[in-house]
Amino acid sequence: MKEIKTNIENNIQRRKFIKNILFSATALLFPKFIGAASVGKIKDWVLFGDYNAKDHLWGMGIDINKCIGCGRCVNACKVENNVPKVPYFFRTWVERYRIIKGKETVVDSPNGAIDGFKPQPESDGNVIRSFFVPKLCNQCDNPPCVQVCPVGATFRTDDGVVLVDKEYCIGCRYCIQGCPYGARYLDPDTQTAEKCTFCYHRIVQGLSPACVEACPTQARIFGEVKKKTSPLMRFMRKHAIGVLKPSLNTEPKVFYANMDMEVR
Amino acid sequence: MKLFGKNIPEQVTRLTIILIFLIVAFIFLRSLLVPPDFGKYGHYRASAVDEIILQDIKYAGSVICYDCHDDVVDSKSEGYHNKVSCEVCHGPAVLHIDDPEEFVLEAPRERGYCPLCHEYIPSRPTGFPQIVSASHNPMRPCISCHNPHDPKPPEPPRECKACHAEISRTKSLSHHVNVKCTFCHETPGDHKIQPRDFLPTKPSKREFCGLCHAENSNVPDEIPRVDIATHGEQYMCWQCHYPHLPEAN
Repeated sequence: MKEIKTNIENNIQRRKFIKNILFSATALLFPKFIGAASVGKIKDWVLFGDYNAKDHLWGMGIDINKCIGCGRCVNACKVENNVPKVPYFFRTWVERYRIIKGKETVVDSPNGAIDGFKPQPESDGNVIRSFFVPKLCNQCDNPPCVQVCPVGATFRTDDGVVLVDKEYCIGCRYCIQGCPYGARYLDPDTQTAEKCTFCYHRIVQGLSPACVEACPTQARIFGEVKKKTSPLMRFMRKHAIGVLKPSLNTEPKVFYANMDMEVR
Repeated sequence: MKLFGKNIPEQVTRLTIILIFLIVAFIFLRSLLVPPDFGKYGHYRASAVDEIILQDIKYAGSVICYDCHDDVVDSKSEGYHNKVSCEVCHGPAVLHIDDPEEFVLEAPRERGYCPLCHEYIPSRPTGFPQIVSASHNPMRPCISCHNPHDPKPPEPPRECKACHAEISRTKSLSHHVNVKCTFCHETPGDHKIQPRDFLPTKPSKREFCGLCHAENSNVPDEIPRVDIATHGEQYMCWQCHYPHLPEAN
């Protein structure tokens, strides 16, 4: 008799337990309901004028021989896109390469070069070549960051730009790890991943990205990748073009001219 | 019901009901949780693009400045800074365009701004005009001699090293220190005014080096001689010897 009683008690506990699980699982979803209501608000796909993403494929050319390392692009990018004005948060930055005889190549980028570079410290006169390389998101056609996003918060648009959905990003940092170019960062305020958007809000209105606008030497050229008359295609025809880390098959759309083999 | 139910164990019926309930609940919840525009263009929320597009523009672009400041833009278009956008120095201008009275753009007047581009840094491309600000009229603001909208130097540079400082420094350490630049590089006079449009020449033949270094050349004895016809076989002289520092290995 005693045995049966404990059994019944056990059964009641189990039922209670399962019930509780069900309740708590449903309760977990409630904040999501509220969230979904606000997320679904913007339904219209408003685009400026007759801009159709399918008609475009954007890319950028960078002439390393023209870059003077003044850092105006870094400054313009931070101003235009409200990037935190502290080190380690950059959508674009400039690196200085110093290829030294018999030693490892030295790369530096003090505060992303937002205040330019100081004349280089003496390095016993063995610098074979030195130059500046502006870097930014390569807007890969085959983007590793999009593949690893578990929630579909980062995506490649039809015009070839990789964007981040701030509302959807859960801040898991997979994409930051996945990017082979180190082009992403976690925004300290929103705790979401951020990256260069090619100034998407500007290019849909026919303006060029802020960094291109601010470059005093036209080291950056912005344009269409698949239209033969675009300034970018002209630039690509006239120069031997390289991309960063071609072995990764990410198919970048940032094209470098006059690139030294040491650039990585 | 009884006919069918007879052979089906009761737990299977219960499980089926629960399963159907779960599937329905999943479909219902999914339709609530996933925004309606998710997947419209791809595996993402289509309205995210709208939200990104709505970001404020800060840099207005260089074209619009002409509408009011045509005199300045005209004078700038003649000078070296013709391709430098106004906003590079004056800062983002959209607010200024909306309300020119309220938001006045500043121009950098202190000495620290111009060296961002023009301080001598060896990594900069050769030929780009650079100064060593510590020795270039220290303490005087740049704009007291140079008009930033038409920044031609007060006089054309006299010496090559004004622009080609690195090569000049290297050459000063070499035995070629007394060979003038123009001995090897025929330089059009306009090179000082429009450096990239009028490029100096470079020697293209071994015989040019042979003017001094051939065995039969008529120069002082201490200059090293080689047999120009056979020395170095098929290579050109400058493929092994750097002309600005021929001692380097």
